[in-house]
Amino acid sequence: MAVATDLQKVVEDAAAHLYVWALKDIPQDLRDALAEAAETETSVPGQRVLQTILRNVQVAEDEKNLVCQDTGIAVYYCRVGEHFPLHPARIYEALYDGTERATVEHPLRSNTVHTLTRENTGQNVGYRVPIVHWDFVQGWDGLDVKCVPKGSGSENMSFLKMCTPADGVAGIKRFVLDSIVGAGGKPCPPGIVGVGIGGSADYAMHLAKEAIARPVGTRNPDPLVAELEDELKDLLNETGIGPMGLGGDVTVLQCHIEHADTHMTLNPVAVNYQCWAARRASAHVSADGVVDYDREA
Amino acid sequence: MAQHRVTFPASEDAIRELRAGDEVLVDGHIIGIRDRTQVRIFDQGVAPPMDLNGAFLLHTAPGVRKVADGKYEKVCIGTTTSARMVRFTEPLGRDYGVRAICGKGGLPDEAIEPMKRLGMVYFAIVGGAAALETTQIEEIEEVYWEELMPECLWKFRVKDFGPLTVAIDSHGTSLYHDVQEQAKKRLEDLYARL
Repeated sequence: MAVATDLQKVVEDAAAHLYVWALKDIPQDLRDALAEAAETETSVPGQRVLQTILRNVQVAEDEKNLVCQDTGIAVYYCRVGEHFPLHPARIYEALYDGTERATVEHPLRSNTVHTLTRENTGQNVGYRVPIVHWDFVQGWDGLDVKCVPKGSGSENMSFLKMCTPADGVAGIKRFVLDSIVGAGGKPCPPGIVGVGIGGSADYAMHLAKEAIARPVGTRNPDPLVAELEDELKDLLNETGIGPMGLGGDVTVLQCHIEHADTHMTLNPVAVNYQCWAARRASAHVSADGVVDYDREA
Repeated sequence: MAQHRVTFPASEDAIRELRAGDEVLVDGHIIGIRDRTQVRIFDQGVAPPMDLNGAFLLHTAPGVRKVADGKYEKVCIGTTTSARMVRFTEPLGRDYGVRAICGKGGLPDEAIEPMKRLGMVYFAIVGGAAALETTQIEEIEEVYWEELMPECLWKFRVKDFGPLTVAIDSHGTSLYHDVQEQAKKRLEDLYARL
């Protein structure tokens, strides 16, 4: 038990570090995408927004402050090797404790409330919060943890439609376009549009959330899906919504799609938006408790 | 698209000079306000314990640290989505003389007419750019309704606050409205290509 307890502490420390790190230091792939957007944008308000964003990222670094005040709802993505010596029940406890500790120690604004009473439930933790996505890997003894503090401005711009099979791929594209135009400036564009297709209603949204957590501009390994990612990105940037919805050429930095096979009568499509401050930070934890922090995963 | 520097509280004349698309830097005092603060003022009928005449309201729930003498120190102050609070636009101008509302993401079209009639403006700030915004806030001078933390009524002293974009002016123009109209036209073309 001593080993397991120590490993739990290691994962807790990693979670506490990842949460704050993600909030302060955005990954290089995102910085590059924002810089590229600033080179592309031709509208005056759009250019003003993008230059302010780039300045803000630098100020956050210089002042060691948070990029955005919304410390989000803590979402973790765990890939657990089948031989990793700490059970997921204890991994969850470690993520919970790490989130709580980081919130108290920094201090971070606490956002978590009871859904009905709206009373604050603690230090960014509560019933079923943090939220964890699990993936299990055969023949491996490690653990990957990715922390994505998800802001509410973009999370409020989440949409699901049960298209019919007859709506086809065109129906999927149309729903994504309508969703992003309807969202306008509210989700802090230009960001990453996560799209989940297939599976079931709940799983499509789960996949959309997986999609926003990928490194910016990565492509789905399925070439058909990758082609749709490219096409949708270009279509979305033709809508003219622009940075912060003030009009312009750059409405999205990227479109990422995750898919699952589905029932012959289903064609679910889910959209989960990630704002320009697409914060994420990762760590690899070995079976003997060595933590390797990874800025780009 | 002109550039302006405006000190708040501001006069109606100063607000009427601003046109949609203009860039503005703000000095003086701004008031932090959010959903629960405005529910208290308008739904529960509790008058705000500060003068809002000519005021600049910022949609925020700041991250702060409590220090000695009941004062608060800034940690990270940013801006929230405004659209949720659109129904308070008219009474803020009519009953309290508020001149400017600043937030992110814009206000729906129902804000256009009262802003024109009452001489108000909506400033778009860059959502998420809180690190920069925090450096432009010099001091948290007053806090009321601490029990609503962090959705209290905050008084900040600011310098070079911005750059802000005039997104809805007091002459009936809304960039959000115009962008949506244009996007709807473009969507018709895009649908044809799907």
